[in-house]
Amino acid sequence: MTDVVLRARGLHTRRGEVEILRGVDLDVGRGEVLAVVGPSGSGKTTLLRAFNYLTPFDAGEVEVAGCRLRPGMCERADAADLRAVRLRVGMVFQSFHLFPHLTAIDNVAEAPRRVLGLSRAQAHDLAATLLRRVGLEDRAAALPHALSGGQQQRVAIARALAMKPVALLLDEPTSALDPRMTGEILAVVRALAETGQTMVVVTHEIAFARQVAGRVAVLVEGCIVEEGAVHEVLDHPRHGETRAFLAREERA
Amino acid sequence: MVLVALLAGHPGAEEAPPAPAGDGLARVRASGLLRWGGDLQGGEPYVFQDPHDPARIVGFEVEIAEALARHLGVQARFVQNDWQLLIPALERGDIDIILNGLEVTEARRRRLAFTQPYFAFAATLVVRRDEPAVHGLADLRGRRVGTLGGSLSHDFVAAVPGIDVVPYEGTQEPYLDLEEGRLDGVVLDDIIAERYGLVRPGLRDAGAVGEGLYAIGMRRDEPALQRAVGEALGTMQRDGELRAILERWRLWNDRQAALAAGAGAPAAPGGVGITAVQLDLFLRATGVTVLISLLSMALAVTGGLGLSLARRYGGGPLRAAAGMYVELFRGTPVLLQLYVLYYGLAPLVAFGAFTAAVVGLGLNYAAYEAELYRAGLEAVPLGQTEAALALGMSRAQALGRIVLPQAFRVALPGIANDFIALLKDTSLVSVITVVELTKQMTITAVYLQSWLVPGLLCAALYLALSYPLARLARRLERRLAPAPA
Repeated sequence: MTDVVLRARGLHTRRGEVEILRGVDLDVGRGEVLAVVGPSGSGKTTLLRAFNYLTPFDAGEVEVAGCRLRPGMCERADAADLRAVRLRVGMVFQSFHLFPHLTAIDNVAEAPRRVLGLSRAQAHDLAATLLRRVGLEDRAAALPHALSGGQQQRVAIARALAMKPVALLLDEPTSALDPRMTGEILAVVRALAETGQTMVVVTHEIAFARQVAGRVAVLVEGCIVEEGAVHEVLDHPRHGETRAFLAREERA
Repeated sequence: MVLVALLAGHPGAEEAPPAPAGDGLARVRASGLLRWGGDLQGGEPYVFQDPHDPARIVGFEVEIAEALARHLGVQARFVQNDWQLLIPALERGDIDIILNGLEVTEARRRRLAFTQPYFAFAATLVVRRDEPAVHGLADLRGRRVGTLGGSLSHDFVAAVPGIDVVPYEGTQEPYLDLEEGRLDGVVLDDIIAERYGLVRPGLRDAGAVGEGLYAIGMRRDEPALQRAVGEALGTMQRDGELRAILERWRLWNDRQAALAAGAGAPAAPGGVGITAVQLDLFLRATGVTVLISLLSMALAVTGGLGLSLARRYGGGPLRAAAGMYVELFRGTPVLLQLYVLYYGLAPLVAFGAFTAAVVGLGLNYAAYEAELYRAGLEAVPLGQTEAALALGMSRAQALGRIVLPQAFRVALPGIANDFIALLKDTSLVSVITVVELTKQMTITAVYLQSWLVPGLLCAALYLALSYPLARLARRLERRLAPAPA
């Protein structure tokens, strides 16, 4: 792994008295798709959100394509540093968080226009291209509430890609969707992986992880208990916690 | 027997028929009360609260009323009424007589029966000492002259073309505004001018601009009461009782002596029907109402936005100040705020009346708009801000491009409703001398001696303004409502 895009070292996060992350080390290489799996409450989302500091961490260090995040940064005082990081990583949320007052194409075009300073026409061309890539070119003028959950999530992916992120973070991208829509997202994410897009996917769906990721990290109670190639970890788990988690998921 | 009586066309004479309208005297005698109407706001020396015993009312008219009642063998009872509403109150039967500086005019004669006058006054022009060149109303063309709404003095001023007439409700405020420079002259009865105007060192007497008479008003269809009250007043004039009362109140002068000697009453201008001039005044007043509404709403919408942002994103002191502002302006009457802004703050900032109206209503409604924005901001999920920040937007961009447009949609129907409420609340600014639609209605009503036609016209104009707004609010509500995340 020569070119590390995302790096976390000794990450600790607590919420009140509860420790969410207890010393996480993680590297993600360029072009790699890493799945973070684990039982609910294990800190997967917190770990993901540490990479763009939407959830602050209390100790440790995060490096995103050369930009550093420290504990105790402040939205106001460190706005410039935080923006530098957020411009390098894209985020896809579990419940999409599309902007309900903007059409699908404007959802995608808004940040390129306002943040990257593209002209209206340039931003729209870019957004149209991305909507085509996620198979939604005919829904460009629709408002989010007129779209299905799967369509909304695809717009959200296009919106994140519009900023040409070095890495894309996906937080449980399929868990708010019913199973038949999971396939739409799976197809889009696989196609992205084929273009060499670096991604971190948090999921508790083992099947989804198996189909999109090259490497998997198992997070249990705030610690990474096992990490390695997908088929090794998921088919031949060495760690007891991993086996317990996989057994529970397969029953479900 | 009933049938027989009906056929004979003679209702039973012993059965008391409803008292005929002309029998006001019998009503007064039967109840033992002479109910006389006046307005305590007119102040000293007419009828006012005794400063040493506020439960008691005193004044030269109180003494006249008590003497009249004594002559009629009954008790006098004072009934408080807005001065401009005394005649409707009489017609409704709330009072038996009006005894409160009511000037004899031709228009009022058509509606009321007057006794002989009990007082003669001169409408007196008061101006500032620093304007020695002003000698009469003619020198004040193109300038602002204050007077009491609905009074004969008002008619005197209005009869001079080119003067901007400013009607007031009370006797103190016009002189205060004259001192402040918000008026250039005040015309009011000499009694008022002496007690409220000329006591101020910066003001001087610029002479009489007309004369008038006070008389007691009664219903035209009560001749027995008219006769009895007239006779009682006549007795008081002959035996010197009236003179004694007026002297006690330092009101006796040559004019009263001439009146007692039977000098004729000067002619007073009379009212006419609703004319093109009146309609034009109404439309102009409507324009004032619309303009005040628009400007104060613009102030309220921007001010409210600032307040709600300060409350949500500001630091501790700023947040606390914004919160206090909202509670202060929501928790006190807007009428009080207007008084304080216009009269209370006059020594510090002398706003013009129109500016004070816009600022007063705008500041008040800003508090309400702030609450609407707050509800709107709270309705936008945190995920929206996170999504915007995750895309690299600055906090200001996230707020301006993502959060506020959504908050505004939530707040908009409420804002539209508030605009309708504000449109109607503009009627309150008449207390600080702005002639808007409702004030114009009362002026016209007093002028015409009729409230029905001006009232209906006024209502129609308000409706014409508010109904389209209400429709617009509905449409906005429908268009903006469905946006489930």
